[in-house]
Amino acid sequence: MTADRRNRALRPQVSGPLPALLSGRLLLGLLALVLFSTGVQAKLTIEITGGIEGAQPIAVVPFGSLDGARPRVDVAEVVAADLARSGRFDPMSRREMLMTPHRQEDIDFREWQLLAMNTLLVGEIAAAAGGGYQVRYALFDVFTGRQLLSNSMPSSENGLRHAAHRIADAVYEQLTGEPGVFSTRIAYVTSSGSGSEARVALRVADADGYNPQTIVDSPEPIMSPAWSPDGRRLAYVSFENHQPAIYVQDLASGRRERVAAFEGMNSAPAFSPDGRQLAMSLSRDGNPDIYVMDLASGQLTRLTEHYAIDTEPAWAPDGRHLVFTSDRGGKPQIYRVGAAGGTAQRVTFDGEYNAAASYSPDGRSLVMVRRDAGRFFIVLTDAWGGSSRALSSGTLDESPGFAPNGSMIIYATQNNGRGVLAVVSISGGATQRLSQDFGDVREPAWSPLVR
Amino acid sequence: MTLNPSCFQRLRARGQPSQPSLTVRRLLPGLLVAAVLALTGCAGQPVGGDGDAAAPGSGGATTRPLGTGDGSPLDDPSSPVYRKIVYFDYDTAAVPAEYAPLLRAHARYLAQTPGASVTLEGHADERGTRDYNLALAERRSEAVKSFLMAEGVPAAKLRTLSYGEERPADPGHHYQAWSQNRRVELVY
Repeated sequence: MTADRRNRALRPQVSGPLPALLSGRLLLGLLALVLFSTGVQAKLTIEITGGIEGAQPIAVVPFGSLDGARPRVDVAEVVAADLARSGRFDPMSRREMLMTPHRQEDIDFREWQLLAMNTLLVGEIAAAAGGGYQVRYALFDVFTGRQLLSNSMPSSENGLRHAAHRIADAVYEQLTGEPGVFSTRIAYVTSSGSGSEARVALRVADADGYNPQTIVDSPEPIMSPAWSPDGRRLAYVSFENHQPAIYVQDLASGRRERVAAFEGMNSAPAFSPDGRQLAMSLSRDGNPDIYVMDLASGQLTRLTEHYAIDTEPAWAPDGRHLVFTSDRGGKPQIYRVGAAGGTAQRVTFDGEYNAAASYSPDGRSLVMVRRDAGRFFIVLTDAWGGSSRALSSGTLDESPGFAPNGSMIIYATQNNGRGVLAVVSISGGATQRLSQDFGDVREPAWSPLVR
Repeated sequence: MTLNPSCFQRLRARGQPSQPSLTVRRLLPGLLVAAVLALTGCAGQPVGGDGDAAAPGSGGATTRPLGTGDGSPLDDPSSPVYRKIVYFDYDTAAVPAEYAPLLRAHARYLAQTPGASVTLEGHADERGTRDYNLALAERRSEAVKSFLMAEGVPAAKLRTLSYGEERPADPGHHYQAWSQNRRVELVY
């Protein structure tokens, strides 16, 4: 968003750079690009860092073009990259494909059997009469020749990547039995510079790192992004008035509301599963305790009252209770309290330091940060803190959260002294690293499945 | 500002006066020369009035300006309230005993100076979760506030603000950086 960079004031941004560039600020924008050439449009790059052993072979054949369609996106390539990133699939290299059928009648299944493929995805893109495209695809079992899936969807030119992600989601769900998360998005905080040159931004990118957009940008810290369950709003903490306050921003319009700016700390927002309430940690009554705000009325309910630090609330998927971090036992541990308050019960006993827990979508597991022998890493436990399993091997890992289908964990880690994001699959094997070409990336939050 | 001789020579070579009839325009080449000098690293160390006077002289004596009202002890390196940072041990908000004299000096200054007030900005190192560190840094700033209140400073002169681990003094990922980052800054 180069045109907006010339001014150090904070502003919510509606969407991509185009409106700003077209608004007559082009010249100033170019000047700003020279003055603040810190690579504002940095893409989030994803590298696959862990093995794909045991991944299913699948052939994703380049899609055909019909009726003069010249799509600018290679839809099959996007689908194959999505499937490969999941670690569950090993898409065939195009160089090894002897044929490139686009329809069922053109497929010679014996050839694909000889190439040791399990499944085959074919498709074609037709120019639609009113502009845009119609994207058709079909998935086949190579051994039986049976059609497993077929669909057709309209798409605009700019919507082709999203269409590809939806195809990958459908293929993934058909073959694994769980929903795909390729058409979801990830919110994250980036920072560059320090002191008076510091810039902090809250950004949202597609789950494959494409299309990163800044939704708010500030010289002051921004923290703790949290999605609403409908995927339309983000809550976050911003220090823009030299006080940490909680904002809720509508993504489509860029409009936002400051919902909590009480005396002291306003932090760690978390939407309830019905989207009507926001849990948070406030120190308005002396020290940090957990509160729930009814977003329509602004009314606060205090859930904890303890002289220790109580923070990082996270809702159970059924909305009936929350977990939070408290050092009431001396060191930070995870506790659980009813959504209307009451007595808090301690959840974690393994490990000297457990913090920032959140639930899996089915409510059966928790993921959290643990400290052991001076190392901070990510652990998966059952809902009561037992059966711990380490999911990461860094020394400063933090901010873990589940993908909305529960299959992966995203977290923040360090790579060569820089903040990056990492994704690890629960079942083991696949890992990914998401980084920018400059600055730090941190505090990832995976969107819900709807968008 | 001081300039070294080679810089003056370059300045003379470049700074041909132009448009002498207009004051505004005559300023511009001068600004450009200053900008060129700044960019080429020819600007010397700035030597300020107050700081210069307070610095130890060559004979070991120190001179000070007399009661102009501007020379706040907060900016005077020889004043007990010149230092404004309290550093903490790992994972604790206990004010180390060695900072008691410093904080007592600030308490005296705050109590004796009409209109003086201070924001206690708490910070944590990067280890541990961000929101817990925000709370831990708040606890550090509250600990300094309690100390100052016990020394007689009215609460109305004290404000706390936690930045958690978001504003490191040293961005490094090692023990030395962490020890610089666990702190409360007294910001007047």
